[in-house]
Amino acid sequence: MLNVGKIEEGFVLDHIKAGKSLSIYEHLQLDKLDCTVAIIKNARSGKLGKKDILKVECDINMLDLDVLAFIDHNITVNVIKNGEIVEKKELVLPKQIKNVIKCHNPRCITSIEQELPHIFVLADPNKEIYRCKYCEEKYRESATL
Amino acid sequence: MNPLDFSVEELDKLFDLANDIEKNPSKYAHACDGKILATCFYEPSTRTRLSFESAMTRLGGRVIGFADANSSSAAKGESVSDTIRVISCYADICAMRHPKEGAPMVASEKSGIPVINAGDGGHYHPTQTLTDLLTIRSLKGHLDHFTIGLCGDLKFGRTVHSLINALVRYPGTKFIFISPEELRVPDYITEMLKEKNIPFEEVIRLENVMPQLDLLYMTRVQKERFFNEEDYVRLKDFYILDTAKMELARKDMLVLHPLPRVNEISVEVDEDERAAYFRQAQYGVYVRMALILTLLGLA
Repeated sequence: MLNVGKIEEGFVLDHIKAGKSLSIYEHLQLDKLDCTVAIIKNARSGKLGKKDILKVECDINMLDLDVLAFIDHNITVNVIKNGEIVEKKELVLPKQIKNVIKCHNPRCITSIEQELPHIFVLADPNKEIYRCKYCEEKYRESATL
Repeated sequence: MNPLDFSVEELDKLFDLANDIEKNPSKYAHACDGKILATCFYEPSTRTRLSFESAMTRLGGRVIGFADANSSSAAKGESVSDTIRVISCYADICAMRHPKEGAPMVASEKSGIPVINAGDGGHYHPTQTLTDLLTIRSLKGHLDHFTIGLCGDLKFGRTVHSLINALVRYPGTKFIFISPEELRVPDYITEMLKEKNIPFEEVIRLENVMPQLDLLYMTRVQKERFFNEEDYVRLKDFYILDTAKMELARKDMLVLHPLPRVNEISVEVDEDERAAYFRQAQYGVYVRMALILTLLGLA
């Protein structure tokens, strides 16, 4: 079995759905951070069968938890200090997300007004439905930026 | 602006003002002296634009604007955000129609003046809904405890969807949806009604339900919405209101229509005192007058 060492300070994102870690890497813009990042794919998991894990050595404040919660609020966020877990952060669905997903409704004003941000608003927290702020089109998974 | 942005109490206040304007027009004839309404219509809509212009003129204000995108700076590629910033320097209030959904909302975010949505694509047409509600309230005296039949194109008709969303807030409302299978009301609306425990029926023939109705809201069934010509020919007469069908209705039922009417209501019905669609157009001016006064803080 592959072993990835402990990190001293940063965060570990655990229980990521298998195969989703690269997409999270991109959304969190981890490529722009000058720090150590470990992407672990298809690790064994009692809960999920298979899971992905991301380990990032950086300041926890550099992480946009809203984006993470939108992608999958079941991810466990472990905050690490001095090599130990000091906090487990709970992810809650953000009320609004900006420029994470794109509205693909050709009738929406965002399709012609270039500089407009793509804003989606949480319309139904129980069904986890997001709608475009402008045209109210429902978000579908294929619409990611 | 979505009609649901107003609470039921705020709507009552707006409608009271509209009714006062109806009774005492001279009291309001100079209420907007020195004020300017900009009508920014990126797609043609003669009726709605003239209704806004009539409303502002009757309040003593003046109107500037454009009637289609070709005669505006949009033809040169200017964004809605930039246009409204400039219009804010010229006018005190703006009514905007745009083919793209959400355009008036973008404008309102960038604007220094109130922006009224005068229709954004197939999305909202809030002043039509306000017109419908004011007509019902003025002619019936209340907005609750009605059985309302909505007839015609219930799938694509945005005025129908807005009206349903507005009426569910009043107790005792029952909906009867009368349409061909192809043009049934969308699932998200029937699901919403089930969730709220609001009774509704879906039927195909108008005459079967005429005796039950307090209100009948007619819309046009367009030929191009059908999958084939045969179905259109077979079904189109079900959705034409004529004197024979009116005989089945209650004596105090009201017929409403957002207009323009093509052939879905026979002209012979116009003489029936229950036909309220032209009075509805008049209420459209009153409600826009009330809205302009309210948004300008002059109410």
